[in-house]
Amino acid sequence: MGAPTVGSASHGSHNPALLHHFVDEEQQRDAANLGMWIFLATEVMFFGGLFCAYLIYRGWYFPDFAAASRSIDALLGGTNTAVLICSSLTVVLAIYAAQTSRRVMLIAMLVLTMLFGCVFLGIKAKEYRDKFVEHHVPGASFNFDHEQIPGSSPVRYANPRHAEIFFALYFIMTGLHALHMIIGLGIFTWLLWMAWKGRFTPEYHTPLEIGGLYWHFVDIVWIYLFPLLYLIDRH
Amino acid sequence: MSMATATTQPVERENYLNKHYGVGSWLFTTDHKRIALLYLASITFFFFIGGFFALLIRLELLTPAGDLVQADTYNKLFTQHGMVMVFFFLIPSIPAVLGNFLVPMMVGAKDLAFPRINLLSWYLYIIGGILMLHCMLTGGVDTGWTFYTPFSTAFTNTKIVEAGLAIFVAGFSSILTGLNFVVTIHRMRAPGMTWSRLPLFIWAHYATSIIQILGTPVLAITIVLVAVERTLHLGIFDPKLGGDPLLFQHLFWFYSHPAVYIMILPSMGVVTEIIACFSRKRIFGYSFVALSSIAIAVFGFLVWAHHMFVAGISVYAALVFSILSYAVAVPSAVKVFNWTATLYKGSIHYDAPMLYAFGFLGLFTIGGLTGLFLAALGINVHVTDTYFVVAHFHYIMVGGAVMGYLGGMHFWWPKISGKLYPEGWARLAALIVFIGFNLTFFPQFILGYVGMPRRYYQYPPEFQVLNVLSTAGATILGVGYLLPMIYFLWSMRYGKPAPDNPWNAAGLEWKTASPPPTFNFDKEPVVTWEAYNYEELDAPHKEEVPVAG
Repeated sequence: MGAPTVGSASHGSHNPALLHHFVDEEQQRDAANLGMWIFLATEVMFFGGLFCAYLIYRGWYFPDFAAASRSIDALLGGTNTAVLICSSLTVVLAIYAAQTSRRVMLIAMLVLTMLFGCVFLGIKAKEYRDKFVEHHVPGASFNFDHEQIPGSSPVRYANPRHAEIFFALYFIMTGLHALHMIIGLGIFTWLLWMAWKGRFTPEYHTPLEIGGLYWHFVDIVWIYLFPLLYLIDRH
Repeated sequence: MSMATATTQPVERENYLNKHYGVGSWLFTTDHKRIALLYLASITFFFFIGGFFALLIRLELLTPAGDLVQADTYNKLFTQHGMVMVFFFLIPSIPAVLGNFLVPMMVGAKDLAFPRINLLSWYLYIIGGILMLHCMLTGGVDTGWTFYTPFSTAFTNTKIVEAGLAIFVAGFSSILTGLNFVVTIHRMRAPGMTWSRLPLFIWAHYATSIIQILGTPVLAITIVLVAVERTLHLGIFDPKLGGDPLLFQHLFWFYSHPAVYIMILPSMGVVTEIIACFSRKRIFGYSFVALSSIAIAVFGFLVWAHHMFVAGISVYAALVFSILSYAVAVPSAVKVFNWTATLYKGSIHYDAPMLYAFGFLGLFTIGGLTGLFLAALGINVHVTDTYFVVAHFHYIMVGGAVMGYLGGMHFWWPKISGKLYPEGWARLAALIVFIGFNLTFFPQFILGYVGMPRRYYQYPPEFQVLNVLSTAGATILGVGYLLPMIYFLWSMRYGKPAPDNPWNAAGLEWKTASPPPTFNFDKEPVVTWEAYNYEELDAPHKEEVPVAG
């Protein structure tokens, strides 16, 4: 908090996006950014509970987790990782476009981001379908009998009960992540609409910044999920 | 801008209560003060529902036989009592009502940083509350408020998922309140309101918010896992399927132990304000009291497994958690000693808020010290799941948190409503609450220590005398809680108009009108003084005395 800024009551000259209870645009932007960072802290703790559960069971049932992990497609997962990293780049470029008043580029980058998001969800749906066909979805029809533990000689088979825990965590973690992606697409639809209306200027593009923070966070969650779920015991 | 200091005819001034009328002006308000009142009405409603269950529990325990309700019903009574009181009364109580009302005013802001998110948080609370009501009306839950697995996921056939959903939704309400407070305290302070000039109420709410932000999501994901395990029959916590029931307890208490500090820290903040005002002194050791709030929040995250000493955790883990649990006592004791030192040679006034603060001091000290009994591994094993534990946490959560809440409601009622409450009745009520509380819960320490387990609806006849005392105390306590509600409502219509600063208290909230205008201050305040400058406030009076003599 700097020097006293009393008497800034002349709202008329300000950006219409400045809400009445803030002193100036800088305070509003700082508040919005801090608010998003704190929200992301809650998200870290939200996913943190799952990561904690994952680490415990991975420690207990490592061979079974390795066998189950081999059954999901690392190539599709790797492709999705690349897709999301690209989408983070387009988000940054979108903010750059807003800062430099390039409306067409801004809209193009937002569309591209959403396109990457949809590709990610499409590939994810394909992976889920594969798991469904292979009876790897936990529940009544789950079947993981006679699946070899990688590198075991003489050959040992994974305990289906323990593999089921892996798949339960796989579906809950990636499912929650996918839900966050869908919410992200909703946010970006709104950002796109605002960009279309020309609401973002070099001075005011806070929604882009905090929407972008959210998108990056969801990407980072995936950066952790990918090796933990897909790359157990792969050399 | 002489409006801010005008004290004549406060009734006619435009304020947040009379600026707009009608149901819509309340349901769609973004004014933090109106949202505080929405919360006040909602949590009072749930307080009386939770109290109703408590009453039934105490009536059942009046006699050794299980004669009023069946065992299954009794299980549901204590479960719903716990869930309603913890998640729908205590957690939101001081932060969502007094915090909502006061945090922006105390830092000199027009509103919280995110007024619409503030309203959203109330709606989430209401949605969670409706789900909980529906859950209770259609059968309720019988696991205890702790949802322990695998009973909750594989055995009981009560409404686990619905109760979980209710708490999940209400949890997000709590997260959003905490988020709003932290951003407001960081970014919305008036010019000159430095961190070391903040009222300690703000420091307490800052610490509380940290817990709400970092703890609640863990409970949320735990509830999701319970719901998924229960509906899809997965084996995350079910040992039969390879899962670990202890993992549930770890995750649950990772939130639910710090949740106790969500209840007590704001209460400590309230008590700090009251003690400084009614001792007419600067608070002793400001920075220690401020930082002890943060320390309690931090240590609070490191002690959760003391709820699991008999659950089968390793003895070394238990030792570490025992030591860490003792560590929480240090910042708590710092607060108690600093409050006491503030009283020392103070000019003490025995107004109703101060009576509640005194009640808090005594009851919190007993609750805190018995907490040390429970942190000791040996005694813990002896009294685990007995009434000793029940008495201990009620001394903290009712004796501590609710006393602070009531004290705060009295202290700030003139500011909130613009009316004075009847002081005589308020002092009487404070006395009744204190007597009723001790009569209810002190016998439970003895009951627990001699071996009466909690959550049983029958007991051996030799426990009856103490149980009758406890039930008698509960009825007195009930009267003590009803009284303030009656005279607060009465004062809204018939009470004398309150001056802007009836207590001659420090703090920005007292420098604006009672009730405050919609944007709190007619002119943005500039702070040039330290918090609790009571010596300065009272200086003219001190000089007058020798002249008169």
